[in-house]
Amino acid sequence: MRKHFAVCSLLLCSLLIAGCGDDNDSTAAKDAAFSLAIVEPKHLTPPLTNESEGSQVLMALFSPLVEYDTITSEPTNLMAESIELSDEKVWTITIKDGWTFHNGEPVTAASFVNAWNYTAHGSNAANNAHFFERIAGYDDVQCATDADQKCIADPTAETLSGLEVLDDHTFRVTLKDPFSQFPLTLGYNAFYPLPTVAFEDMQAYEKAPIGNGPFEMDGEWRHDEYIRVTRYENYAGTPAKAEAVEFRIYTDMATAYREVQAGNLDISKDIPPEVFEKVPEEFGDRYIFRDGSIFNWISFPLYDERFANPDLRRAISMAIDRDTITREIFSGTRSPARSLISPVVFGARKNPCGQACEYHPEEAKALFDKAGGFEGTFTLWYSSGSSHDLWIEAVGNYLRQNLGITDIKYRALPFAEYLEKRKTKGITGPFRAGWIMDYPSPQSYLEPLFTYHAWPPDGTNDSFYRNPAVDQLIREGNAAATLDQAIAKYQQAEDLILADMPVIPAFFRQSSLVHSKRIENAAIDAFDRIRVSQVEVIG
Amino acid sequence: MGRYIARRLFQLIPVFFGATFLIFAMVYAIPGDPIQALAGDRQISPSTVQALREKYNLNDPLPIQYAKYMGNLFQGDLGESLRGRDVTEIIRQKFPVSLRLALLAFAFEAIIGMAAGLLAAIFHRSFLDMLVLVSTTAVISIPVFVLGFMTQLILGVELDLLPIAGIQDGWRSYILPASVLAAVSLAYIARLLRTSLIENLRADYVRTARAKGLPQGRVIGRHALRNSLIPVVTYLAVDLGGLMGGAIVTEGIFNLPGIGNEIFRAVQNQDGNIVVGIVTALIIIFLLMSLIADLLYAWLDPRIRYD
Repeated sequence: MRKHFAVCSLLLCSLLIAGCGDDNDSTAAKDAAFSLAIVEPKHLTPPLTNESEGSQVLMALFSPLVEYDTITSEPTNLMAESIELSDEKVWTITIKDGWTFHNGEPVTAASFVNAWNYTAHGSNAANNAHFFERIAGYDDVQCATDADQKCIADPTAETLSGLEVLDDHTFRVTLKDPFSQFPLTLGYNAFYPLPTVAFEDMQAYEKAPIGNGPFEMDGEWRHDEYIRVTRYENYAGTPAKAEAVEFRIYTDMATAYREVQAGNLDISKDIPPEVFEKVPEEFGDRYIFRDGSIFNWISFPLYDERFANPDLRRAISMAIDRDTITREIFSGTRSPARSLISPVVFGARKNPCGQACEYHPEEAKALFDKAGGFEGTFTLWYSSGSSHDLWIEAVGNYLRQNLGITDIKYRALPFAEYLEKRKTKGITGPFRAGWIMDYPSPQSYLEPLFTYHAWPPDGTNDSFYRNPAVDQLIREGNAAATLDQAIAKYQQAEDLILADMPVIPAFFRQSSLVHSKRIENAAIDAFDRIRVSQVEVIG
Repeated sequence: MGRYIARRLFQLIPVFFGATFLIFAMVYAIPGDPIQALAGDRQISPSTVQALREKYNLNDPLPIQYAKYMGNLFQGDLGESLRGRDVTEIIRQKFPVSLRLALLAFAFEAIIGMAAGLLAAIFHRSFLDMLVLVSTTAVISIPVFVLGFMTQLILGVELDLLPIAGIQDGWRSYILPASVLAAVSLAYIARLLRTSLIENLRADYVRTARAKGLPQGRVIGRHALRNSLIPVVTYLAVDLGGLMGGAIVTEGIFNLPGIGNEIFRAVQNQDGNIVVGIVTALIIIFLLMSLIADLLYAWLDPRIRYD
């Protein structure tokens, strides 16, 4: 028996020693390298990446046709030499000469066309496929569907008929319908080019993606630990200032913040509200914040008759004090929303909503009574696990206090179930929703959320709002000849929507970062991404 | 003895099947569509949904899904996560992290906890005893995340003694998280051993041993302590699995890529392959540990026999 014990303890000891072996692999710190905190990306390839963390890394590895100004989000050509409208829906894109992927392969028109065809094709199951739905031939590379959006027949074509390579540096894009905002969309992840090697095995490619950007991968993606990149010396654009970047992966941003405090990490963003108050004082000009593009609102289930009266919806909106909520609950890390379009977008206005989005408790009560009040249980819905409970409860309290709704209940669901209920008209009261733009255009905030053709199951207009005049204005904006004309149409559409108030704008999230004394020129763009190639290491 | 162990190992088989099926069924029963959740608020094309549902067998009824999973498992294939990663690879990466964390915490709680319990019992009602009682009460009543933040701020940020996050500094990285993780169990072990040893020191056989003129060290070490260890061993055996799979808060605070957070995230995403793979491995660890504990009983207390 004693022998057994000895064997067991030996086993434990050997496990301990085995564990020791592979630990000390930390590379020597490079002088001009800095570290940056991210959350584990879901994916790291252009066809699949659709969230902010993956976008942050892809931005270092890839260069798009069009890039957005860090502050104003204004688009300028980066890899594109020119993007010309040759017919009302035919665009000719010429790319610059001399660009290469990190493995030396030249970036050609085919690198873009092949990548886009891959992403759009249904059999490749790419998250970003729908970004190509405006291109002619999209329906033929996707499956045919029945009324419930279930596939009933396989795709009939291999490639998008609207994409055509003219020569090594030119390709033509034919859209289904005119779309004035098309060049603006080309900075999104889905539109990056891909090297030939990616198509051989996308899953293997994802371990260390080869792109055309200012940085190249240094080793493989260490899941939940780090992603290291070094400067790509043959980069044809403006070279990155730092030699290397380590994207360090955190599960809890509060920890990342403490790492910056302790001097172990150079940049951390998404500063948690609970520590926020001390930040400006402790970090001074090493704390940077700006308006962000993430929009939060409360939607009405318009299929529920109790919410059919626009006066009732307006009354609810006026009974909520957005300023106090953003100040007290979010310590100023959110700004009150009185529009549907984020202030970071060209064409956004400060307060198109007017009085209906301001706090007027008495008028709210009068309007509420005029609209016939509310009978039964008033349920506020939200998704659990993302700390929405505090502000949703605050909204409930305002309604109880100012409108005298007594029977208020809260319903929190896990995200997947919550989404399903929203898409299937399963919600019985106002519900929280959020949106981040894909590209800096008012259209990105309007068409996917408020048009009839964006109704579920295949769209995201889950308040089931419908106003033919709005649909028409957005169509006209899309078809407009100039950006200014387009914006005028979108603004008219926004006014109509706000008058109907299918949703109550709540707040826009602000982007923020803190950084160490070792670096400068840390800037954050409207997509909540840190511009890594501009960051300079000074100490 | 050998037959006993063989029988116990044989019992692992039905437990293994039952447990995997139960976990599988539970993940299956979570409402909502995991594929839609992958896309978040955004739109996702019907072709993409279809292709993913087929890839992960989500269109099949539960028993078929389970059979397919088991079929692959016996070929050594634990399947792919919804994010397209090999589950075997995830386990290979994360188990060592959790194992190191758990073993270090285990060592802390076993050594320090037992030492504290032993001293408190020997010097019953002394200042030392009071110190152990008060400090263990304090530790048990402070929530883990408060303890985590405090040690991070004091030992990491202010005094800069130890790394506060990540695993890049090798074993040093595990010292803070393992101490925080061990704290509560350590307190329980100290109290368990203290109580049981105080009781045994009053027993007849200890008085007999003393009457025979045995030295104090031998009375406590050979006679009283061995008997008092049984509840401690029981606790420790169950705890190792808990330290591995249940370290969600600690892993989050100290940013350790371990299995606790992986399971948590996988349950949220309804990522069945990850949940079943990791939890099954944890179950096997639980079962083996309880087997070891049972064998230790017989060594500690000669009255217990397995034949």
